[in-house]
Amino acid sequence: MRNVCIHADNIITPLGFTTSENAAAMLEGKSGIRLITDDKISPLPFYASLIDTESLDKRFSAVGEPGKYSRFEKMAILSIKETVDSTLIDLTGSRTLFILSTTKGNIDLLENKSTDKRLYLWNTARLLQSRFNFMNEPLVISDACISGVQAIITGARLIRAGIYDNCVINGTDIISEFVLSGFNSFKSLSTGPCRPFDKTRDGLSLGEGSGTIILSSCPEPAGNDKILVSDGFSSNDANHISGPSRTGEGLLIAISRVLQKISGPIDFISAHGTATPYNDEMESVALSRAGLQDVPVNSFKGYWGHTLGAAGVIESIMSIYSIRNDILFNTLGFNEPGVTNPLNIVNVSAKKRINNCLKMASGFGGCNAAVLFYRK
Amino acid sequence: MKKTPVISGYCSIRSGKVVVDGKVLFEASSGSFSDFVAAIYRQFTISYPKFHKMDNLGKLGFLTAELLLKERKISERYSGDQTGVILMNSASSLDTDRRHQETIKNRGEYFPSPAVFVYTLPNVLIGEICIRHKFSGEGNFFVMEKFNPSFTTNYISQLFYSNIVECCITGWVEIDGSNFESVLFLVENNEGTETGIVNFEAAAIESIYNTK
Repeated sequence: MRNVCIHADNIITPLGFTTSENAAAMLEGKSGIRLITDDKISPLPFYASLIDTESLDKRFSAVGEPGKYSRFEKMAILSIKETVDSTLIDLTGSRTLFILSTTKGNIDLLENKSTDKRLYLWNTARLLQSRFNFMNEPLVISDACISGVQAIITGARLIRAGIYDNCVINGTDIISEFVLSGFNSFKSLSTGPCRPFDKTRDGLSLGEGSGTIILSSCPEPAGNDKILVSDGFSSNDANHISGPSRTGEGLLIAISRVLQKISGPIDFISAHGTATPYNDEMESVALSRAGLQDVPVNSFKGYWGHTLGAAGVIESIMSIYSIRNDILFNTLGFNEPGVTNPLNIVNVSAKKRINNCLKMASGFGGCNAAVLFYRK
Repeated sequence: MKKTPVISGYCSIRSGKVVVDGKVLFEASSGSFSDFVAAIYRQFTISYPKFHKMDNLGKLGFLTAELLLKERKISERYSGDQTGVILMNSASSLDTDRRHQETIKNRGEYFPSPAVFVYTLPNVLIGEICIRHKFSGEGNFFVMEKFNPSFTTNYISQLFYSNIVECCITGWVEIDGSNFESVLFLVENNEGTETGIVNFEAAAIESIYNTK
């Protein structure tokens, strides 16, 4: 079996248009979440992490005409472009697959025309494919909040199996009235910026983001500077379509399968940590059952909210940044432990040697996923 | 040694017909999608109250899985975590997306509902099938323009080769406007299943998919 390593990446959130801009803002303790008053999205003010339209268009005008592309397309194109430009690998051949991870794509266009071709996720992926001259038919993965982690797991599997040599994975979602009204109807939105794992947490903050990561097969022996992707797994709770399992069974199955494949300790866990009462509680149960309650664990949601189909990609990239730079990021919004099973929540950003990171995610439909990133 | 997965059954619901393993089990002369699925539910005396809460994509995929798995006794051969559900379509959850959009289209009648919104994610159908049959293995929802037999067999065979699944329900479940079509395959390791069944290969699933 071939090794799969990370080649290049990019994150676009309100905190920055590159991975390092995001990291720098995070180390300063900045958050993209703020109170938004925008009647086009919600009749009432709400907290969310939204990308500034003017900055987006300004950045985009260097690569295309902002008026010709949707918000989603502009974010995805900018993120993919920055990533593709930073690598010397030729990604236009038959050995490269483009994977788009998204829950809703161009869903804001539904408001005006319910049969718009651009609403079809595969069509959005095709537009991105042709923009970057990727040869193969792209793949779209739409698995709710685990989409991004699933895209990385799936891409790594296809490379490991020798079906492709490279996967360019982009995860993007925008926040529209469609999404906000839905989460609001579930009463799952926080009254202020979200507070993952905290005693006073009362819901999630939605966020916009786009992240791109390039996975490639890497020759043996991999260089010391390489970060590798393990086998990852998904599992279904088979319990409820919108509520996480109380026993954390599905997440535990996914984590246990990752742990079975590796030896040695886990240094750091990047949790899903949405800050809804049920999700964080479920994760604490699953982590305790897996015997990982003492491993430093954080949630990135306090920095840029829940970015849905982008979350797994963006948070994986930042976890990989943690390994590369030996930095543990604070769980912004966390103050006082608030889950039944105590966890070792990272509550201050600090330098620490990190050789690996377990990334996990859970979502609607009862889905869960886990994967490990590690230093060779 | 690589274990070759085999197709141990298939079921399609489309063009007014329910077909299981090549046999037409039910035919409706005409009517809407909801009449058709309601008729199937009655015809096969299915009793599952959650069915009535599902969206159209959910109902279509649920019934196809139900009739595919009827009397196969797969739970006697595989544990829940050995069984995967990998589905695909072209329109994602657009049918329900349009319904949710209707609930927010004007501020005078603003009534978004969690019961509708939850189905604006296509993979919720995977959750429904997993809940019904107690499957807790791999789940993945792919969106593509058309059913892609070679990708399907390539990807799912890998899951078998790496022992991630021992059994998998896979196929196409699509609803978009008045068009709908569902074709699901039961794929298993060849150990333990009878001989004479078809290997899980692109040409085989393509031929079944194209036989309407």
